[in-house]
Amino acid sequence: MFVIVVGGGKVGYYLTKELIESGHEVVLLEKDPGRASQIADEIGSVVLARDGCEGKYLAEAGANRADIVAAVTGDDEDNLVICQMAKHHFSVPRTIARVNNPKNEHLFRQLGVDEIISPTRMILGSIEQDIPVHELLHLGALGGGELEIIEAHLQPGSPAVGRTPRELEIPEGCTLFAVVRDGVPTPLRPDTVLRTGDKVIAIGRTECEALLHEQLIGAEPEIEPADTR
Amino acid sequence: MKSVIVGCGRVGATLAEALEALGHDVVIIDIRTSAFDRLPSTFRGSAIRGDGTDEDVLRRAGVDGADFFIALTEGDNRNIMAAQIAARVFGIPRVVAKVNDPVRADAYATLGIATLCRTNLMVDAIYEYLGYPRKHPPGVVRPPAVAAGAGPVGGSAVGEPVPGVATPGGTSSQEA
Repeated sequence: MFVIVVGGGKVGYYLTKELIESGHEVVLLEKDPGRASQIADEIGSVVLARDGCEGKYLAEAGANRADIVAAVTGDDEDNLVICQMAKHHFSVPRTIARVNNPKNEHLFRQLGVDEIISPTRMILGSIEQDIPVHELLHLGALGGGELEIIEAHLQPGSPAVGRTPRELEIPEGCTLFAVVRDGVPTPLRPDTVLRTGDKVIAIGRTECEALLHEQLIGAEPEIEPADTR
Repeated sequence: MKSVIVGCGRVGATLAEALEALGHDVVIIDIRTSAFDRLPSTFRGSAIRGDGTDEDVLRRAGVDGADFFIALTEGDNRNIMAAQIAARVFGIPRVVAKVNDPVRADAYATLGIATLCRTNLMVDAIYEYLGYPRKHPPGVVRPPAVAAGAGPVGGSAVGEPVPGVATPGGTSSQEA
């Protein structure tokens, strides 16, 4: 395969190196001449010290016959333009963009980028998976940090399972407002019977968290059990 | 008429003032607060600090429902991306991106984005001054699909300027 990599940061550098080692033909475009020559010293003459956003340099790199263009600069707007130019101007069959703002994923897909890699989204996903499921998950802060939005994932043994919000002692300054059940969010009514697996979304004052934990998750364990994941 | 300008440089600030004088409701966005010093003290529109390629920033700035959007930052790619968000996400009917690289300007004009290429405009202005014929269509270059359509956006491929943006027929040096 002939791959054009645009952006000689850490990602572009290691990507180029790995691709060469796996026997692919690679050209790396890095617009900073200093960085470009540094990479060339290390991995050989596959580096063009040119701005890959410019059509004529993509052409110079061989975009007309490239199988893949991977845009991995640190700037979303550059990665978008590189992929669009590759796709529409040079008919490159496969374009891959690195995206930093996860919100741009959808837009890039709409605008014709074939594959979108979002490190932010990946790390986010990994962090969320690593949070022990019995914990309260902080979704966000409001009112300058005085209020927080919390998700409680109800596990077997939670004091809230089989009860309704009305039967729980919800601390003052705190509201349970929605439940996500089987991936479907619905407003939480005072008479909704809570089940194992429900994700209860609450908003409340920061200091209510401990009480909320007690009601929805159970008393804080003295020692963290080792097998909670 | 609500107009959004991304990039408060000389052109952005001058355009903001001119459009406001024509009765437009103007929102101008720039990443640096100091850029707004270019606006006249009489400017009554909104000056918002933020990244014009960030959908959330645009939404907070009140871009939704705008009639006209022009991206005039110093970065071609930023302008291209902002313009595509304006057209695709917010459905703004008239969107123009300043793209100084002639190759990219041409490519995006065929991709459905109206572009304004300072390089071409200035080269043409100089050509004309020297008595040679211009090499590019004047003013904002419309994408063919849009130019072919009827209605207020239609017309010739290059004619009908958006007020204050292009000066067809000649001396359109856009930025000193």
